[in-house]
Amino acid sequence: MRKAFSNIISKVAEDEKVIFITGDLGFNAFENIQESMKDRFINTGVAEQNMIGVAAGLAHKGYKVFCYSIAPFITYRCLEQIRIDVCFHKLPVFIVGNGGGYGYGIMGATHHSIEDIACMSSMPGMTCYVPSFVEEVETSVLKILESGAPAYLRLGLGKKSLIKQTKPESVNTVSSSPEAKITILALGPVINNVIAAIENAGYKDKVNLFSAVKLPFENLNAAFLQSVTNTKKLLVVEEHIARGGIAEHLALSLMNNNIHLNKFKSLHALGYPNGLYGDQNYHQTQSGIDPGNIQKIIKEWLTMSNPDAEHRGIH
Amino acid sequence: MIDQSIYSLQGNLRLQLIEMYHSANAGHIGCSLSCIDLMIGSLIHHKKEEDSFILSKGHAAASLYVCLNHTGEISNEELNTFYKNGTKLPAHPAANKFSGIPFALGSLGHGFPIAAGIAKANKLKKNTAYSYVLMSDGETNEGTTWEAAHFSVMHKLDNLIVLIDKNGLQGFGNTKDILGDTASEEKWQTLGFEVLSINGHDLEQIINGIDKLKKSKNSKPKVIIGNTVKGKGVSFMENEMKWHYLPLDPRLYQQAINDIKKQYSA
Repeated sequence: MRKAFSNIISKVAEDEKVIFITGDLGFNAFENIQESMKDRFINTGVAEQNMIGVAAGLAHKGYKVFCYSIAPFITYRCLEQIRIDVCFHKLPVFIVGNGGGYGYGIMGATHHSIEDIACMSSMPGMTCYVPSFVEEVETSVLKILESGAPAYLRLGLGKKSLIKQTKPESVNTVSSSPEAKITILALGPVINNVIAAIENAGYKDKVNLFSAVKLPFENLNAAFLQSVTNTKKLLVVEEHIARGGIAEHLALSLMNNNIHLNKFKSLHALGYPNGLYGDQNYHQTQSGIDPGNIQKIIKEWLTMSNPDAEHRGIH
Repeated sequence: MIDQSIYSLQGNLRLQLIEMYHSANAGHIGCSLSCIDLMIGSLIHHKKEEDSFILSKGHAAASLYVCLNHTGEISNEELNTFYKNGTKLPAHPAANKFSGIPFALGSLGHGFPIAAGIAKANKLKKNTAYSYVLMSDGETNEGTTWEAAHFSVMHKLDNLIVLIDKNGLQGFGNTKDILGDTASEEKWQTLGFEVLSINGHDLEQIINGIDKLKKSKNSKPKVIIGNTVKGKGVSFMENEMKWHYLPLDPRLYQQAINDIKKQYSA
């Protein structure tokens, strides 16, 4: 996704009001925009808190400022600068974190960000964008610029989308079938694990799959609400801890919408349950957000009895 | 030539501050009395419309409020709401209320990076405006000070004027006993700042000092180290840490008023 991000930044940077700040990262990715943006490309060094304060000052004078670093460094390290300097003043400062979730794999826990959505989505007036597919990086950046409001863009290792139209909405339809028995909502590129699980087992017709791209949730997609109402079985998959993740966000939305479920499960990052480290796939597997475990749960749910039928004593 | 009428502000604004704090039964009096002269010299005397002024030591908000009252942005009526429920004037400056208060401040170490960002924007736009930021010496403990300082030097922000209210006292002790002197002339000089160390209560030194720094287009960011006295102007408050926190009882209030009237012929 970093390449797609660099490409769209080089396009939008034609606007003289756009500034790009990096916290000393971008080797082999941002050389081109550094050259084309000239003095509007700023490397503020290994000093993230100052980076956000400077960005707020620039935005106050009319600039639209992208701030880039590895996801944990640009969120946790400068959360207070984001809250006060940027969000309190609704400034166009756009926080871009690369390698969301376990994206930095064997680099270790310092480089992972599995609490970032909880932090960032709770900031006043902040909108979080978590593209699932490479194509959504461009649409998210354009939407962020159009909004001109504080935003957090979490980038990961995305693949190309299987669908024609991807949109950075709260919830987007990825695939659907009239025979679906289960609704699945996934956040970010981990959706590729869900797609793999569905395809490996040949469950495409049994599942309605949706991606969550924009948080906090607003106006949930009608097709999604319909699917949840029809299937009454909802599986949520995210590379983020349960606290403050999309399952919690969604539970509140569904309760507010008076929608009841027979089955609800949240698959999420569990941190480091065995205290050991590995690549992104290793951590996904430890947390049960790998294709194998997702497939197992879908299979269990598809083979379980219909709860309504159970109630009537019919099997 | 300095307009002589500005000297009367030293006493008048102090009286106003004491009134405000007394009727609000609030603390932070010593901090406001310590930096009010630096604010008169920078915010009231020097600041032009296109310039920006940020009070990074947000706990001296009352000083900012009386200065903006003097410049006409905050009305007397508004000023009377200080500290009261429903006010736009809480103990630390709030966001989005007055154009003279462009940022909410109160958590230390935020103002300097913001002011550096504003100065950088002015440079990019080839705008000749100045960016002022007022910090406390205790505040320079914050790591962002050193991040922003290096940034300002690297980006040659000679349109940035940092004012340090150096009263030698901080939250729970003497600055020299806590982290040492993070507002020392040598440190800032070594970093690459143009440094001016002055008496932070002497308006002539403050005004002329800023004048001198503004004329100095040498690509170096500027810092004025204002050597000050916490609680300046009220005898029993001077150099006393407790007046960072305490409100005034009626007896001390009267004494404070008398002290200021005597010292400043206000």
